[in-house]
Amino acid sequence: MSPGPARHLLSIAGTDAEQLRRILATAETMAEVGRRPNPKVPALRGRTVCNLFFEDSTRTRMSFDTAAKRLSADTMTLAVGSSSVNKGEGLRDTVETLSAMGVDAFVVRHRSGGVPWQVVDWTDAAVINAGDGWNEHPTQALLDAFTIGSRLGRPADMTGLRVAIVGDIRHSRVARSCTRLFGLLGAEVVHVAPRTLLAPVPTAPSTSDLDAVVGEVDVIYMLRMQRERMGSALVPAGAEYADRFGLTRERARRLRPDALVMHPGPMNRGVEMLVDPSDLPQSVITEQVTSGIAVRMAVLFELLGSGSDPEGAPS
Amino acid sequence: MSRATAPVTASPETPDADRVLVRGGTVLDRSGERRLDVRVADGRVVEVGAELEASADEVVLVAEGCLVTPGFVDLHTHLREPGMTEAETIESGSRAAALGGYTAVVAMPNTDPTQDCVEVVEYVRAQGVRAGLCDVHPSGSITVGRAGERLAPFAELAAVGVRIFTDDGNGVQDAGVMRRALEYAGELGLVLAQHCEVSTLTAGAVMHEGECCSHLGLPGWPALAEELMVHRDIELARLTGSRVHLLHLSTARSVDLVRAAKADGVPVTAEATPHHISLTDELLSGYSTLFKVNPPLRTMADVEAVRAGLVDGTIDAIATDHAPHPGHAKERPLDEAPPGMLGLETALGVTRAHLDVDWPRLIALLSWGPAEIAGVADRHGRPVAVGEPANLTVIDPTCEWQVDPAALASLSRNTPYGGVALRGRVRHTILHGRPVVVNGEARR
Repeated sequence: MSPGPARHLLSIAGTDAEQLRRILATAETMAEVGRRPNPKVPALRGRTVCNLFFEDSTRTRMSFDTAAKRLSADTMTLAVGSSSVNKGEGLRDTVETLSAMGVDAFVVRHRSGGVPWQVVDWTDAAVINAGDGWNEHPTQALLDAFTIGSRLGRPADMTGLRVAIVGDIRHSRVARSCTRLFGLLGAEVVHVAPRTLLAPVPTAPSTSDLDAVVGEVDVIYMLRMQRERMGSALVPAGAEYADRFGLTRERARRLRPDALVMHPGPMNRGVEMLVDPSDLPQSVITEQVTSGIAVRMAVLFELLGSGSDPEGAPS
Repeated sequence: MSRATAPVTASPETPDADRVLVRGGTVLDRSGERRLDVRVADGRVVEVGAELEASADEVVLVAEGCLVTPGFVDLHTHLREPGMTEAETIESGSRAAALGGYTAVVAMPNTDPTQDCVEVVEYVRAQGVRAGLCDVHPSGSITVGRAGERLAPFAELAAVGVRIFTDDGNGVQDAGVMRRALEYAGELGLVLAQHCEVSTLTAGAVMHEGECCSHLGLPGWPALAEELMVHRDIELARLTGSRVHLLHLSTARSVDLVRAAKADGVPVTAEATPHHISLTDELLSGYSTLFKVNPPLRTMADVEAVRAGLVDGTIDAIATDHAPHPGHAKERPLDEAPPGMLGLETALGVTRAHLDVDWPRLIALLSWGPAEIAGVADRHGRPVAVGEPANLTVIDPTCEWQVDPAALASLSRNTPYGGVALRGRVRHTILHGRPVVVNGEARR
């Protein structure tokens, strides 16, 4: 392994812009691999990737798992419910035990912010943040940027694009990572949410008037609104959230024809999504999922590939 | 300079002695500074003078270049016994206290079981006596089990010497309960100390709410949650005339509220911790649980306001909030890891480094200021004068040292100052006339 500044992917905030652009560029190659009849390359043969999911997330876990397998890495998965974590084993013991089995990269998902940084202290393996608490979800932001770049035919360049991120910004690691990465790539990001769902000190310009921006933006990024937060003191119970912040038919009609509609999934139909995305030509939600594999392959290759040819055997 | 006899210059191995000569130091107490040797026998100061001769049966504590001060008093120590002796015991915590220059500590009541009855309080006191390194003054809880509902037996606890009551770890949330507690305790001459935190504003919080937590994506603990309760308790003290002591003030607005209350003559006192005048919320950017503490580390503006409060007398005491936790507890995720940091052994050096005050003000904040609030001013924080109890600290103000978490006397290692270079360290501590720390090492 070649230790250096590029050893982990913990957050967009702490990562060098050059490295992020390199990942997006590598993802182009990986997307091409994914379109082949046999979408598998030997790049990470003999390497072991461990999915360490302390919070359930079937789609992210499967996306990473598929990405690792397409690079010929071995994978193992520890998910809450099937582990000794439930029996009181500490985080550190779990990480050290798995490390001792020979892990080259941990893919970590945890409901608490900061856990991937703690994991770094307890292992020599590379650590990839697959979502920590409200904090960051860097591969989601990368796959979103990749999706936008692919659709617009301008990879890793969002200069001049206006992006509205709509919904529960405060509790959203997706919003936090996307705001940073899109900004880094030149986009202008606006947060659309009631004050209760913004960060205590908003990290981007914000508005609570979705109607004022819906017809203007190049990208509208709908966040998942957890049903348990409805009717808490954050937003009123009932349909008010959907009325004010949902993508309704009326709002969908006002979207620019060349705008992109995005969602990190899983969608809450009837809450933030009041139209069927398959009825929306602007929706790239399915492409986001596909991009996820290519981008995660690129991330794994970036961290474990030791600068070898993505299609070749590990050096 | 000739000496008539050949007294023993003390080392940590010197047998227990109750006749001691502190030689060569500068005495610093409420009446100022002067170059004096101090002779101690049978627990009291028996002679002070510029050049005292040591007798053969005396242990000499070398104090050249040092300050000889009344022992420090910590208003806020978590000793974790009974109940959490993996983190700390009364003995290990007393050792840390003695090494930090403390001759008395107030033991916080959030033990298991809670210090809400005579049996537990007596146990804590007895363990302190057994350790023999520091006077351990148990506090009592304000409410039974620190549950915030029913009053603890104030008079029973007062009868066995408890002077300060707190639900620390929790604030008393119910204003009605706090009002009644103040009315009841006030006429007994007791002090109620409040951990100011309106808990409905801090659910799930791991750090200060503000710009930094917004960037780090961590749940925030707003300054307002402290300030609302500071304000409420000031008004309750005004209403009842009973004394309130406000624990670990951390925000600029809290300091302003206390300053105004004191100007109005409200019977309120306050303390601040070394960490709230030396560390800020930005330290959480590496997501280390070592910096998780309650109340949380705040902004630089808050740090400066708390320092100003200590300088101008709005805040009466430095208190450590020494809060040991075993390593595995601090290795949990930030939202699960318990809040708290070690403080006893680093309080002097850290405060010295971050508070721009002269030595007399610094020692006031560490010794006689807190001694009065704790109700131990008859034994601690006394003048260094003939007839006074010999609870003394000898400080080497120029000693430079580096904090090594593994070398601390505490059973836990959760100091945020590992590797930090400090200037100023306790050389000797004398408790009831006996050296308990000699040349920076505990005697037992």
